[in-house]
Amino acid sequence: MSLEPLDSPDADVVPDRTPEELEALLGDLVVGRDDHLNAPGFVIRPDTVQETLSTLKSEAGYDHLSVVTAQEYENRYESIYHLKKFDDPTQEVSVVVPADKDHPVSESAEPVFRTADWHEREAYDLIGIEYDGHPDLRRILLPETWQGHPLSLDYDQNQPQIASLPAHVNPIQEHHKDAESDTMYLNIGPHHPATHGVLHLKTVLDGEQVVDVESDIGYLHRCEEQMAQNGTYRHQIMPYPDRWDYISAGLLNEWAYARAAEDLADIEVPEYAQVIRTMGAEMCRIAAHMLALATFALDVNGDFTATFMYAINDRERVQKLLEDLTGQRLMFNYFRLGGVVWDLPEPREEFFSNTRDFLDQLPGSVEEYHDLITSNEIFQMRTIDTGILPPEVAKNYGATGPVARGSGVDYDLRRDDPYGYYDELEWDVITEDGCDNYSRLLVRMQEVEESAKIIGQCIDLLEDWPEEERNIQANVPRTLRPDDDAEIYRAVEAAKGELGIYIRSDGTDKPGRFKIRSPCFSNLQTLPEMANGEYIPDVIAALGSLDIVLGEVDR
Amino acid sequence: MSSEQQPFITDESRVVTKTRDSRMEGQGDRFNSRLREAFGSSPFILTKFDKFLNWCRGSSMFMLQFGIACCSIEMMHTYAVKHDLDRFGSGVPRASPRQADVMIVPGTIVSKFAPRMKRVYDQMPEPKFVVGMGSCTISGGPFQEGYNVIKGAEEVIPMDIHVPGCPPRPEALVYGVVKLQERVANGEAAPVTVKPYELEQFSDLEQDELVDTLVDQIDEDELVMRYNFADSP
Repeated sequence: MSLEPLDSPDADVVPDRTPEELEALLGDLVVGRDDHLNAPGFVIRPDTVQETLSTLKSEAGYDHLSVVTAQEYENRYESIYHLKKFDDPTQEVSVVVPADKDHPVSESAEPVFRTADWHEREAYDLIGIEYDGHPDLRRILLPETWQGHPLSLDYDQNQPQIASLPAHVNPIQEHHKDAESDTMYLNIGPHHPATHGVLHLKTVLDGEQVVDVESDIGYLHRCEEQMAQNGTYRHQIMPYPDRWDYISAGLLNEWAYARAAEDLADIEVPEYAQVIRTMGAEMCRIAAHMLALATFALDVNGDFTATFMYAINDRERVQKLLEDLTGQRLMFNYFRLGGVVWDLPEPREEFFSNTRDFLDQLPGSVEEYHDLITSNEIFQMRTIDTGILPPEVAKNYGATGPVARGSGVDYDLRRDDPYGYYDELEWDVITEDGCDNYSRLLVRMQEVEESAKIIGQCIDLLEDWPEEERNIQANVPRTLRPDDDAEIYRAVEAAKGELGIYIRSDGTDKPGRFKIRSPCFSNLQTLPEMANGEYIPDVIAALGSLDIVLGEVDR
Repeated sequence: MSSEQQPFITDESRVVTKTRDSRMEGQGDRFNSRLREAFGSSPFILTKFDKFLNWCRGSSMFMLQFGIACCSIEMMHTYAVKHDLDRFGSGVPRASPRQADVMIVPGTIVSKFAPRMKRVYDQMPEPKFVVGMGSCTISGGPFQEGYNVIKGAEEVIPMDIHVPGCPPRPEALVYGVVKLQERVANGEAAPVTVKPYELEQFSDLEQDELVDTLVDQIDEDELVMRYNFADSP
C-alpha cells in the first residue's frame, strides 16, 4: 500500500482507501456501519478489537489512536476507538465496539496501541466497561475505593463516598525498603513544587537510579465532561474549556469546542472572526509556552529570580493584550459558536500598535532566553540526552504537540488538518530530532517565534479589513439542537498538542456524551519511557519538559 | 450550638444534618498560648508582648508554595514581577509546609485531594492561616455540581479570608493577603470552625453499608475521609 506523506496542506486530500475499501480490508470483522460526521465508523464484535486495530494499523497505516470514548446507551455500552494517521490526520476512522449491557466486557487494545492503557482505565473508571486482557485495569481518576461509575446512567451522585490516604505516603518508615534488595520507594507529590500541580509520582529507586515510575493522577478531576454534558451548546459549555488547560491557553481550548460544535451544527464562521480567533489563539500559545519555559527553568536551574521572572514578565505583556481583546486575564470566554463575542477593542490603532510593540520586543527576549538557559552549559548537561523519547514510542503512546515534534514527529494539526485562518498564512512547523528534554524546549521556544509571525500577519490583515465587512458572528439560532444521534470527533492544535472533542448529540440542546481528548493525558503517559533507568533529577527534567497541566490531564 | 458567638446564623431550623451541625460548632482562639493559659487573665506585659508578636507575624508571613488549579497561575503572577507580593512582606513561597504559616488554597478541591490537603495543613506549625483563593474554595465554584468536587475548601480546613473570583485577579489576591495581615497584626482571630470532613481511621467510621463493602479494601488503621455528598450545601 502507499504511505506517501501528504505534505501539501492545502491540496484536497484524497483518502488512501475509501471507506468501502477499508470495509473490504477488514472483511468479516465488520458487523455493521455507524458512520460519524468526521469519519466512517465500523462496528465490530467486542472480542475482535485487537485484530481489527492491528489490521488497520499495519495494513492501512492508521498509526495514531487519538482517544478511546466510552459511553452507555439505554441498551448497550460502547467504546469508540478514534484512529488517525500521523502523516495525514484528515484520514480518520472510528472503530465502534458495543458491549453487553448487563456484563460489559470488551477486548483491550493495549497490545496494539500503548496509549489505550490509560484511556481504557479511564473508560473503566467513569463508565464501567471492563477491558479483557488489559494489563492493569484499575481506577485512574477517582479514588480506588469509589463506589459506582459516575458517567454511567444509573449513578447516584448523592451517595456517600470514602477516600483513603494510604499509609505508604510516609517514605521514612522501615518497610518501604525491600528486604531483598536495595531499592527504595519514593513518593513525589501530590503536593510538590516540581510536579506542576497535583500530580503524584510513585517512584522506586535503586540507588539514585529510577527503576520504576508510576504517575498517580486524578487529584484535580473536576468532572469536566459531566459539566459539559449538563450545559447547553450555545452558551453554557464555552466557559469550561478555559479551565482545562488553564495556563492561559484558554482560546486554544475554546477553539476545540467551537470547532467540534460548529461542525456538528453546521455553522459557518465569518472570515473576519477566523482571523481574530487565529490571532488570539497564537497569543495564548505564546503565553502558555512562556510559562512552560519559566517552570522548566525553575525545575532544572532552580532559577526563581532571573529566567522565571523574565518569562512571567513576557507573559504579563501578552496577557495585557489578551485582556484588551477579551476582557479577562485568564479565563477568556471569548469565543462563541459562529464567531467571537466582540470585535477588537477601540481604539483599534492602539491595540494594533501595542501588539506590534510586543512582537517587536519578542525576538530580543527570546534571544535573552537563549543566553540565559539554552546556551548555559549546566542547563545543557541537565537536558541534552536525558529523557529520551524515540519517535516510534511517541507515536505508540499518542504523544502530540511539542513533545512529539521534539522527537521529530512532524505532526501539527494547524497545518495538517487546517482550520481557522492558518492555511492562508506563512509559518512553519517546528520539529527537532534530538528526542530529549532539550529538543522539546527548543521546539517551544521556536514555536513562540512562529506564533509571533502568525500574529503579525493577522494584525496586517485586520488593519486593512474594510469596516463594513467586519462580521464577528454568524447567525446562530438561540437554541441549538443538532440532529439526534449525530457523532463527531474534532481536534485542534492546542498548546500541548492535539486537543480533541467528541460530541454525541441526543436531540436535545445538551450533548448526550461529551468526551475530551486531552494532549497532556497522553503525553504524561510517556513519562516511564523517558524516566526509567535515568537519575532522579532527570525525571524532574523530563516531567518539566512534558509541560503537563493537571487540569487537562485529569479534566 | 453556640449561636451567641455566631451572630450571622439567623435561621437555626435549617441546620438539619450532623455535618451541618458540626460546621457551626466549636470556636478556638488560635493566638492562645500556653503561657497565657498559665497566667489566666491577661497581664500587662503579656498583652504588650502579644501585640508585638502579632505585629511581627503580620509583617512577615511565609506562604506555602501550593499549587492546585487555575488560580495557582494567577498566584504565581502575584508572586512574580509586576504584582510582587513581596512588597507587602509575604512574598517568599516555602515549598515545605513545616516552614510556612500561610496557605493560599488556589483551586478546586476534589475527593482524592482533600485528605492530602488536610495532611499538608496539619503539617504547618501553629499559628497558621488560610487564604481561600477563587470561587472553588468558597463553594466548588463552577464545578459545584460535579460528582467528585468538594463544595468548598472550608469543608476540610478552616479558612480566614475568602477571595472570590474565577480566578481572582492578582490585585484581588494581594488585597486578600493584606487584609489577612491586618487581621493578624490586630490579633483578630477568625473563629475556627469544625470541619465536616475529617481524617479518621477506617475502623472509627460508623458502620454502614458503604463501610461494609469497603472492609476488604481498606485496612483498619488506614486514614480515610468520608464524604456525605447529600449533606453538602
